[in-house]
Amino acid sequence: MARLFAAWRRIVWAICAVVLAACSDQPAFHAQEITGADFGRDFVLPDTEGRVRRLADFRGEVVALYFGFIQCPDVCPTALARAVEVKRLLGAQGERFRVVFVTVDPERDTPEVVRAYLNAFDPTFVGLIPPDAATLEATAKAFRVFYRKVPTGASYTMDHTATTFVYDPKGRLRLAVPHAMGAKEFAEDVARLFAEAP
Amino acid sequence: MERTLFAVRRNLLAWLVVGAVAGVSATAHAHAPVTITDPWVRATVPGQKATGAFMHITAHEAVTLVGGKTPVAPVVEIHEMKMVGDRMQMRALPNGLAIGAGQTVHLEPGGYHVMLIDLPKAVEVGQKVPLTLTFTTANGQRLDVDIEAEVRPLGGMGRPMSHGGHGHGPQR
Repeated sequence: MARLFAAWRRIVWAICAVVLAACSDQPAFHAQEITGADFGRDFVLPDTEGRVRRLADFRGEVVALYFGFIQCPDVCPTALARAVEVKRLLGAQGERFRVVFVTVDPERDTPEVVRAYLNAFDPTFVGLIPPDAATLEATAKAFRVFYRKVPTGASYTMDHTATTFVYDPKGRLRLAVPHAMGAKEFAEDVARLFAEAP
Repeated sequence: MERTLFAVRRNLLAWLVVGAVAGVSATAHAHAPVTITDPWVRATVPGQKATGAFMHITAHEAVTLVGGKTPVAPVVEIHEMKMVGDRMQMRALPNGLAIGAGQTVHLEPGGYHVMLIDLPKAVEVGQKVPLTLTFTTANGQRLDVDIEAEVRPLGGMGRPMSHGGHGHGPQR
């Protein structure tokens, strides 16, 4: 009888917990929340100065990780310009908003080109260059990022995932920000990550 | 009489200035089958081999944009960028970009652009890039339109330099 009562009590508690969670006034993130995702745990890649960087280097910062390529006339500059705007909207907190750009085209994107390119947006943006095709492949796989070289008439372009991955200050992957999301919504999400884990 | 003549001439001058500001050369004017407005090129950094040119093209009769030429790059292609799910794809348009009579097509980030490929050196903000765009008309005629595109900051969203104040991007 006592055991039956204990079981009932657990069920009632579970129902209460579900109802409370549903009624919580915590607004949802604008971006897709991927807390607990079993991918994108870390990266180990050289930056434009040749130093090996990993996620732990940015503890205490909200990291926005983007895969792209420099010869891209359109999506990559748009994503980086949005990141600049997010940083501006965050005000003082923007100092702890770190943009990390990983090239999927290391063949053409030398450290010098990537550094000059990122400087045109913000000199604090970090550029990572996979040193060889195998490292690029392994990194992309670890982030479930798609990339593919596609020949155009005279040259080639890269198809690639245009999602920005966002990590909270504790280094946990939290959000997948779609390419189409605006800077204002992005900044609100980042501010919320800072608020919950200052 | 003299004053009227002067006024006419001044008007003409004003129109020429408008044309020059818009970066549209005389060939794109008046009775031409297409009008091109606000052409711009995204600035590059040294070592960057490609960039995009953007503009609005209004066709007064059905035309197809099939290619182009510029002294700043040996290869010019017409590209379309699109998002397929969360993936960015860019493709050359093998049959060009068809524009119906009376239609305006916007070549802007997130859609179509004229891709300038194998740049031997960087294109810099403030530079004017001469660009000859080649169209074909419905009866198969070839039509070249000369424009001059203003180079705008790499980090900007392509707004004209005079419309700054967006915190970032076009220089204020």
